[in-house]
Amino acid sequence: MESVLLKNIGKPDAHRIENYVRNGGYRALAAALKLAPEHIIQMVKDSGLRGRGGAGFSTGLKWSFIPKDPTVAKYLCCNADEGEPGTFKDRGIMDNDPHLLIEGMIISSYAIGASNAYIYIRGEFVFGARRLEAAIKEAYERGYLGGDILGSGFNLDMYVHRGFGAYICGEETALLESIEGYRAQPRKKPPFPALSGLYGKPTVINNVETLSCIPAIIEKGPEWFAGIGPAKSPGPKIYCVSGHVKKPGLYELAMGATARDIIFNHCGGMLRDDRALKAVIPGGVSAPLLTPKDLDTPLDFDSLAAKGSMLGSGAVIVMDSSTCMVKTAYIINRFFSHESCGKCTPCRDGTPWLTKILRRLEHGEGRAGDVEMLESLCDNIFGRTFCPLGDGAVMALRGALKNFREEFQYHVDHKRCMAC
Amino acid sequence: MLTENEKKELQAALKKYPNRRSAVMDALRIVQNGRGGHIVKEDMLEIASILEMQPAEVNAAATFYTMYNVNKPVGKHHIQVCRNISCSLMGAEHIIKHLERTLDIKTGQTTPDKKFTLSTVECLGSCATAPMMQINDDYYENLTDQKVDEILKNLK
Ligand SMILES: Cc1cc2nc3c(=O)[nH]c(=O)nc-3n(C[C@H](O)[C@H](O)[C@H](O)COP(=O)(O)O)c2cc1C
Ligand code: SF4
Ligand code: FES
Repeated sequence: MESVLLKNIGKPDAHRIENYVRNGGYRALAAALKLAPEHIIQMVKDSGLRGRGGAGFSTGLKWSFIPKDPTVAKYLCCNADEGEPGTFKDRGIMDNDPHLLIEGMIISSYAIGASNAYIYIRGEFVFGARRLEAAIKEAYERGYLGGDILGSGFNLDMYVHRGFGAYICGEETALLESIEGYRAQPRKKPPFPALSGLYGKPTVINNVETLSCIPAIIEKGPEWFAGIGPAKSPGPKIYCVSGHVKKPGLYELAMGATARDIIFNHCGGMLRDDRALKAVIPGGVSAPLLTPKDLDTPLDFDSLAAKGSMLGSGAVIVMDSSTCMVKTAYIINRFFSHESCGKCTPCRDGTPWLTKILRRLEHGEGRAGDVEMLESLCDNIFGRTFCPLGDGAVMALRGALKNFREEFQYHVDHKRCMAC
Repeated sequence: MLTENEKKELQAALKKYPNRRSAVMDALRIVQNGRGGHIVKEDMLEIASILEMQPAEVNAAATFYTMYNVNKPVGKHHIQVCRNISCSLMGAEHIIKHLERTLDIKTGQTTPDKKFTLSTVECLGSCATAPMMQINDDYYENLTDQKVDEILKNLK
């Protein structure tokens, strides 16, 4: 597949506007501004693009929920919080090709009628935030941002909002709270952001990778996009591969690549030839792991859902035979309890409790009944939390327990690990 | 007290938003960067008065986000090592132990000369170049003991 999202990465000074324009950048914007906004929304619907931030919701459909009333202010927020462990694709785009995102955001703002757009970038990405601020300045200077963009009469201002450390800011309503200057705790839904979002106004929140797909959809057409990968989740997809492979990194492939293809063809195989594959997390740590028997599952939204896992952010984390699954579960769960925002009891109290048990199993201090206790705690958290963070913590742990229960029990019975 | 430059930076931040409160995260960041990496009560009171917020509201924001070091001075170089899964698979624990031994402090502590603070953090979005750490604003990737030693030497 020809590269769409990472095509400029690696070219010298790809982040500078003159190079972006020389490579065909901002042509899609000029074309889009000649189309009616509804027409663009229809194109995005027809393309089949589904959100790359985790949930896989139809982007065109989401946009169509925005009220058409031109007297109401509307906002576009780009979710660049990128906190799901194992994920680093949005950073790749922002650090190296910021104008791709900015062009996508201008077209998207025009389609939904937003005159203000924010990029919510996580605080640790200092380099990326500076890159974006410099790129936004360039775009203003060339008339791609500001008043009467390219003579179309469309006005748009774009700003960078820097987070400061909190995974929950990636949840879309927590992100809005954070821009408004509050603690980032999720809001009750409904009302959905499309009707009452940022400052109570209609708002679309989309991921960096989602918005970066938009210029190509305008230029090459929705049929082209819909023809890549599986019919129900089409398009190019950036897989973020980390862990025990020879060549970890970002791989832009047609959606639906299998873990086998990614690990053994694109990434050059397992890091050490003498260690076999043990498990793969297919979509960030909230996604239940796959075992070698599932290696041929296409990594797309529906195929992974059918396996009880999810594509999530597209973070593929590869683990070899030396990996202790109890330790893995402990690290992942510790992350969730650290990031629990404290709003609801099952997550705020339940995740640290899980972490405590996992810590003692990992440290050889497990007690009889601990594995059963983990399972029962999972049952008491799942489905009872205010936002999906708590459920994500449980899904990840259940996946490990289901496939590697004997390892957990071994830690209880023998006070040590059977893998390492 | 905010310096003239910091006030100017804050005025620029205020232009991004329709209300003053939204600039609270920028304000705290500006102050923290200008004060050697941490925030004290007086700064929060001043931010509250500029942004027309209650001091408790500024404090609520400052204590929610983990990168604000409220009443917690850090060394000149704040070393934050990722401890999440991809880094752990590639040896993060070893790097953390090496740093503790080299700096002769435990995670969470600052060296007596106030040069280094050592912390562990969750995933920093640099998982293909694990193990990694951030020192102040900069990322250091594909770490080995030797590489860590060199980085530390160049920071002294
Ligand atoms: C706990 C939690 C963390 C999330 N983190 C992110 C994130 O870092 N980046 C992101 O784009 N979406 C994240 N999401 C998903 C967003 O809530 C939202 O669905 C997404 O930004 C919508 O954009 P999309 O439709 O383009 O995917 C997170 C969701 C939850 C529940
Ligand atoms: S599930 Fe966790 S993160 Fe989500 S609202 Fe409840 S406490 Fe906050
Ligand atoms: S797990 Fe360490 S940077 Fe992502």
